[in-house]
Amino acid sequence: MAETPLPDHRQPWYRRWAGIPGEWRRRWRGMDARQRFQTGLVLRVLLLVFLIWVSWPLALFVAALMVIQYGTPYLPRRLAPYSRFLTPTVVLIVVILYPLYFASLAPMNILGDYPILGTMVVMGVYAMMAVGLNIVVGYAGLLDLGYVAFYAMGAYTCAWFASVQFANHKFHFGAIGVGSNTPGIHISVWILLLLAGLLTALVGIVIGLPTLRLRGDYLAIVTLGFGEILPQVARNGDNLAGFNLTNGPNGITPIDPPGIGNLNFLTGSGSFWTSERLYFWGVLALVAITIFSSLRLRDSRLGRAWIAIREDETAAAAMGVPLMRTKTWAYATGAFFGGVAGAYFASFKQSTFPGDFSFNISAFILSMVILGGMGNVWGVVFGAGFLAFLNQQGLADIGHWINDTFGTNLDVPKYQFGIYGLIIVLTMLIRPEGLIPSARRKAELHEGVHDTPLYDARHDAA
Amino acid sequence: MATDARSEPLTRGRGFNAAAAVPWIGLSLVALLVVWLAINLVKTPADFVSIALEGITLGLVYGLIALGYSLVYGILELINFAHGDVFMLGSWISFSVMAQHLDLGPDSAGFTVIWGLALTALVAMVFCGLLNATIERIAYRPLRNAPRLAPLITAIGMSFILQDVGLNRLGPAPVSVPNILPTGTVFTIGGNNYRWSSLIVALSAIPVLILLVWLVQRTRQGRAMRATAQDQEAAAMMGINVNRTISFTFLLAGALAGVAGLLYALYSTNIQYDQGFTLGLIAFTAAVLGGIGNLPGAVLGAIIIGLIQQFNEGLSWHAPGSDWTQSIVFAILILILVFRPEGLLGERTPEGG
Repeated sequence: MAETPLPDHRQPWYRRWAGIPGEWRRRWRGMDARQRFQTGLVLRVLLLVFLIWVSWPLALFVAALMVIQYGTPYLPRRLAPYSRFLTPTVVLIVVILYPLYFASLAPMNILGDYPILGTMVVMGVYAMMAVGLNIVVGYAGLLDLGYVAFYAMGAYTCAWFASVQFANHKFHFGAIGVGSNTPGIHISVWILLLLAGLLTALVGIVIGLPTLRLRGDYLAIVTLGFGEILPQVARNGDNLAGFNLTNGPNGITPIDPPGIGNLNFLTGSGSFWTSERLYFWGVLALVAITIFSSLRLRDSRLGRAWIAIREDETAAAAMGVPLMRTKTWAYATGAFFGGVAGAYFASFKQSTFPGDFSFNISAFILSMVILGGMGNVWGVVFGAGFLAFLNQQGLADIGHWINDTFGTNLDVPKYQFGIYGLIIVLTMLIRPEGLIPSARRKAELHEGVHDTPLYDARHDAA
Repeated sequence: MATDARSEPLTRGRGFNAAAAVPWIGLSLVALLVVWLAINLVKTPADFVSIALEGITLGLVYGLIALGYSLVYGILELINFAHGDVFMLGSWISFSVMAQHLDLGPDSAGFTVIWGLALTALVAMVFCGLLNATIERIAYRPLRNAPRLAPLITAIGMSFILQDVGLNRLGPAPVSVPNILPTGTVFTIGGNNYRWSSLIVALSAIPVLILLVWLVQRTRQGRAMRATAQDQEAAAMMGINVNRTISFTFLLAGALAGVAGLLYALYSTNIQYDQGFTLGLIAFTAAVLGGIGNLPGAVLGAIIIGLIQQFNEGLSWHAPGSDWTQSIVFAILILILVFRPEGLLGERTPEGG
């Protein structure tokens, strides 16, 4: 059913108008496995040449990943079971050492400077949120347009229990860099990360229980509604029946920094443990935990139930998957990561404002998931890092590059959301499985899920 | 509000039955709302009536947008997220035609205003209709056989693109539209003036609605639309060009959004690049409230939402105020979807126009 290509005149517009790329697509279709392997090699070399032009250290990194990818089959059999750890380990080492060498890297072509550590922290936070959203959208197939509500919930939890917001109460527990006479509740941020995650998961359950019975697009709208209500509560929350819950549009600031022992993340210590490096390594640890949990969850009984629901709800129910409970768990788990990310972000920015939580953020995180590849954690992390980098630094630098090269006078950041919209639309039209797809999801999107048996679909090992 | 047989529990155990309690919770919420309105009516009757009139006026404008959602949902079962932004661009093009190209203003002569506004309405309808049909052609049609969420996601992307266009055309700040309609008072209720501009806006929405009902109910094209909404395959077998019918539906929805954009610009005299998002969601709520896919339901829901919004912002006794308008509208949306997903008029197809 899926492998009978449409005749040319029946192809959708973006393929008919594609001209030369359309020709490539037809050739790719006609190839056998060996030819595809060879073409893949050539395309990777071309990508490397392009990356060398952009920036050679980046090209080196990608080349190392490709060597691992092509090299693993040749490992001795004794080491073969460990080969799946190779790529994550290399990536982890390169990223952990990033603060030590990034200052000596020359700026990239087009994209401008390598991300500074502050940008890297933001990228990490968005990566956590995107992985969390990926559980809801990518695994369980429930479109959530109000993910920002979870982010807001996490941020405000951190703000309530680690600032002077409730000045009438005085409670200190493990907070770093707070004088013992400071009023308000001050709890260690690490505990608050967990607390924020749990509270947000609770909110996810509360939102989910009445709404998860609804069909996909209705559910999307309801989550969107919650995503609009929660920030508005935050904005009007300075006077909830006389009680100042959120300090209204002025937000809550300052929020305590995290710390380990006597090491305060805000002030740092000496020339090695600087504040930015500490925050960066902190978020890196959280992202690593998030990715790990997400991968393990996917392969667990619960994760397989999510994927079953996504592929065919009726069949899953017939096989004994409890729909409501499984969906609620997807919501709660996705919300948990959103809450943790929000709490860490609030602590990093030392503030939280209702204006930070608009629908645009929800859609921004959604476009990360879509661009990277719904259902594939690595793709989602890549999408999140790339888009967050564009948002923080890259777009302005691309603008400079365009203006310098073509002598134009464009203000590229002004077109920011148009560009994200374009990314969403083009990804959905041309490559709905995302840049780094999950094999299973790809099969679904290309063959449809209606009556195609997926029993023999290869489980992706990414 | 009869509960259908499926929601009856199979076993009648003793104790609290959550499923049976749901309609009662819904009804008691409605009862609370009615009590609140009644107390306000007794306390300040004059304010109440004038606010209600403003609410109906606003509701008719919302109705035009809500119809666009309902038409598209009825035929494709797609929530056209970009519709609100088409409406915003309708406001923008109306503004640029009437205020910048035709130089209409408070001092323009009556005849100039009439033909100027007619021309503006025409331009806005054609522009928005073509825009909406183009969006369908580019972004939704290729995904017609894809999983249901795929076109919804492209719709969000399209909404972003249109909003960005609006941002670059209108700028980040609200743009004020000159008072083109006469601002004199039609009548006064207890010190509250009902202005001519409101009356004209309300009255010009009505012929558009009648035209739409005629189109869907009485014409060949309308019959094709209803048939396509019921069953695309069967409609195609009966010789209906399904693609063209869907394009026509989008054209119609866009034209309605164009009129709504013009009327909203005239009514609120303030347009902003993100109005499409906010008002689009309000109108969508209205469509769901009335029963999405149901055309009279959309208008009814829109009038109710308009009334609720104006009551909330205007009444003096325990009204939450305009800070909470959006929350209240979304709360209504959520409650409706939870308690009565089929809406007030309870049909899923746009039959019966």
